Amino acid sequence: MASKPRVKLPKSASAGEIITIKTLISHEMESGQRKDKNGEVIPRQIINKFTVTFNDKTVFEADIEPAISSNPYFEFAVKVPESGTFKFTWVDDDGSVYETEEAIEVA
Amino acid sequence: MTKKVILAASVLALFSSPVMLTKATADPADATLTIDGKEMTVKTAAPEGHPFDTLYSGWLYREPETRALEEDSFENPGMFGVEQGAELWSVVEGTAGKSCESCHAEPEVDMKGVGASFPKWDADAKRPINIELQIDKCREENMGAEPYKFDAAEQKALTAFIKHQSLGMPVKLDLSQGELQTWWDRGKELYYTRTGQLNLSCSNCHEDHNGQMIRADHLSQGQVNGFPTYRLKQSKLISLHNRFRGCVRDTRAEIPKAFSDDLMALETYVTWRGTGLSVETPAVRQ
Repeated sequence: MASKPRVKLPKSASAGEIITIKTLISHEMESGQRKDKNGEVIPRQIINKFTVTFNDKTVFEADIEPAISSNPYFEFAVKVPESGTFKFTWVDDDGSVYETEEAIEVA
Repeated sequence: MTKKVILAASVLALFSSPVMLTKATADPADATLTIDGKEMTVKTAAPEGHPFDTLYSGWLYREPETRALEEDSFENPGMFGVEQGAELWSVVEGTAGKSCESCHAEPEVDMKGVGASFPKWDADAKRPINIELQIDKCREENMGAEPYKFDAAEQKALTAFIKHQSLGMPVKLDLSQGELQTWWDRGKELYYTRTGQLNLSCSNCHEDHNGQMIRADHLSQGQVNGFPTYRLKQSKLISLHNRFRGCVRDTRAEIPKAFSDDLMALETYVTWRGTGLSVETPAVRQ
């Protein structure tokens, strides 16, 4: 993974509002189906799980399979009842965990 | 209803001429491009002496889904490269203990317009210089660092970062510098010279048949205002000389080296062919 994951959501919202969150992470998503120049299989290395929590409660979760293309992009809607922090977690096949978080102010 | 009309239209086209069918489906889109609130010029009148009347950005030849990716700089995966370039800007390398930042402290200001005006004339080397070569020149002469290998990720990221500072600015070359005009002439000759086993010149596809299909792909005018470009097919930034080499390979000709005299001449001429179009780096193409 080259650069840090990108996350976009509004800085503030009204209570109970449904907001849209966009996320993008730079990753090869090597499917395990390809061969290199010598005919050897390139081992699979993908992000296999993506989780979003809001104030430590899971609000969005995805198991990712090898057919997902490189630089996976997720966009989803979520209802925000109160001010808090979204935590975004991507889990790599090699065990690495990429994390970022973003706060939202609810008036 | 719409479906029926389209079906009827394609059946008609099948009976008349296959050329009509391809032509009708591959014309440039009638759309406008705004990136981060900046209006891009994707369609403009050609400069004097140009074979076309109107220049169209390659963006207009892409599918709506691909076009949408470029419209939102958040979704544009090419921005990963730009961000990497921004980080590299302040990385110290070489014997002089300098980074790009040591001389160009504010890239947003110092690099503005650079991407719209290269290639320029390099009086020392007596040949045109593009951004990749300018970066290498700075690294060797000012930083005491090794030049980048062709298509190193860092080279593409820095080039994209520099060109991105000119986002929306019109491409304009100053051909009066040094002998740049001579190189433009040479580039023009190359553009119209058929090469390879398939005996194709650049113009055969991008001048004679733009707006038509080449198998499953729309042929564009071959504009270079968005390079380095994020290609979905390769899911990474693709440099201009990589694309040149790819095109020549597809004609089954001997592939010229990146930054060779031939390709520098071609870059000079082809960049001029996009005069007035906005710099779109990093563009998104299929």
